[in-house]
Amino acid sequence: MIIRGVLFELDRVTQSRDGKVVLQDLSASLPRGASCVAGPSGSGKSTLLRLLNRLADPDSGAVRYEGADVRERNPLELRQEVCLVPQLPALLEGTVEDNVRYAASLAGRDPNVPRLLDLAGLDASFAARSADKLSVGEQQRAMLARALAMEPRVLLLDEPTSALDEDARRAVEATLLHLRERVNASTVLVTHDLDQARRMADWVVRLDEGRLVAEGRVKEHLAV
Amino acid sequence: MTSSSIHVSIADVAATLALVGIAVAVSFWRRADLERDIGIAVVRSAVQLIAIGYVINFIFDQDSLWFVAALLAVMVAFGALQARSRAKRVPDAFWPLLLSLALAAAVTLGLVVALGVFKAQPRYLVPVGGMVIGNSMTAAAVALNRLGDEVSDHARELEATLALGATSTQAAAPLVRRSLRSGMITLVDSTKTTGLIFFPGTMVGMLLAGADPTDAVRLQLILLWTLLGSVALAGLIAVTLAYRNFFTPAHQLREQPEP
Repeated sequence: MIIRGVLFELDRVTQSRDGKVVLQDLSASLPRGASCVAGPSGSGKSTLLRLLNRLADPDSGAVRYEGADVRERNPLELRQEVCLVPQLPALLEGTVEDNVRYAASLAGRDPNVPRLLDLAGLDASFAARSADKLSVGEQQRAMLARALAMEPRVLLLDEPTSALDEDARRAVEATLLHLRERVNASTVLVTHDLDQARRMADWVVRLDEGRLVAEGRVKEHLAV
Repeated sequence: MTSSSIHVSIADVAATLALVGIAVAVSFWRRADLERDIGIAVVRSAVQLIAIGYVINFIFDQDSLWFVAALLAVMVAFGALQARSRAKRVPDAFWPLLLSLALAAAVTLGLVVALGVFKAQPRYLVPVGGMVIGNSMTAAAVALNRLGDEVSDHARELEATLALGATSTQAAAPLVRRSLRSGMITLVDSTKTTGLIFFPGTMVGMLLAGADPTDAVRLQLILLWTLLGSVALAGLIAVTLAYRNFFTPAHQLREQPEP
């Protein structure tokens, strides 16, 4: 495992949602490569992820991407470079290919749809399938293909297997691990499952009730 | 009441209270608990219409377009306030509603005068303006009510689209489309069925007043088609201005207010 320099830094970040403090004075780093944010439900993991591509801004503190405050970046360009795959499937109306092409068009790309589906673990026949006729696992993969269509430098994965059964979870994990070998993108995975963190990431930031519990190499902090 | 001209006596009006009595009886019998509301509605409609009757009479006597403009401005302001109460889930809905009603009324009346359909005189502008503002208010209120529900129900899809780097305009486009459609569809449908399933108010009024049915039909068509334009304009302006209030300048979805 190689930790290749800092990708994201959170500097004394506090964030509230619905009037409740979700992240409190949080400072942490996420390096390039495969990272994860782990913690129990309600610990602020998904809130943290939304700060990384400016789907929200912190109430106080700063989030830096490659050394620069994300608020200095154009949010639209940042989100195409740092692409978030949401926790629950949220595809647009139309076919899987429509979804992939929509995302690619936002980033000004001409997508190779069969390749993108293959990267996400779907065969080419899924291109013409209606998005609302897919299983939850297939929708999750379609969202991954859609995100990959933007050729992002960073993929933010919000609990990508939380709604899946055991077999589907294993399959999605295998796809994500395989993806690391085929695509040159860093990943930040949010999970409540420490075993999944061990399997999927090299670096972990552990949260509990919006505060940092630990951060460092998975081998050291999540040793079995 | 005669058949050749409009002359409605107080006794005629009072006689129709029998129908109000039926409404009260139905509500009481089936425990709909609307008796008090029906009473308020009857009193308010009487007071408001009598008052506006005097106001219109005064404006007709003055024969000044400034008074017409003042009356329509008041109607626009009250219309926006009324519509806001229907669009509670839309942040700061008052200003989009006010602008939508004002622009819809100004453009619609400006056009019908410019096209020579109506003369720029109080006796035309006041009733047509009232109809335009009333129908525009309903359309804008329905559209914004739907917009609030759409954003609330589809917040996840909205954020997922924003997460791809879409602008708030791109992300909200399907919701804006459905909301606009929702605001316009009632009038479009009633225009489709007019003459078959119901007779619209203007036509009924003219027929009762003894007008030639052909004239009544022509005037009704003019008003229906004018209203289609004004309702479309009001809905478009209201949703186009209001959807922005759900987003920050950085294309982030704001936290939803409690309805």
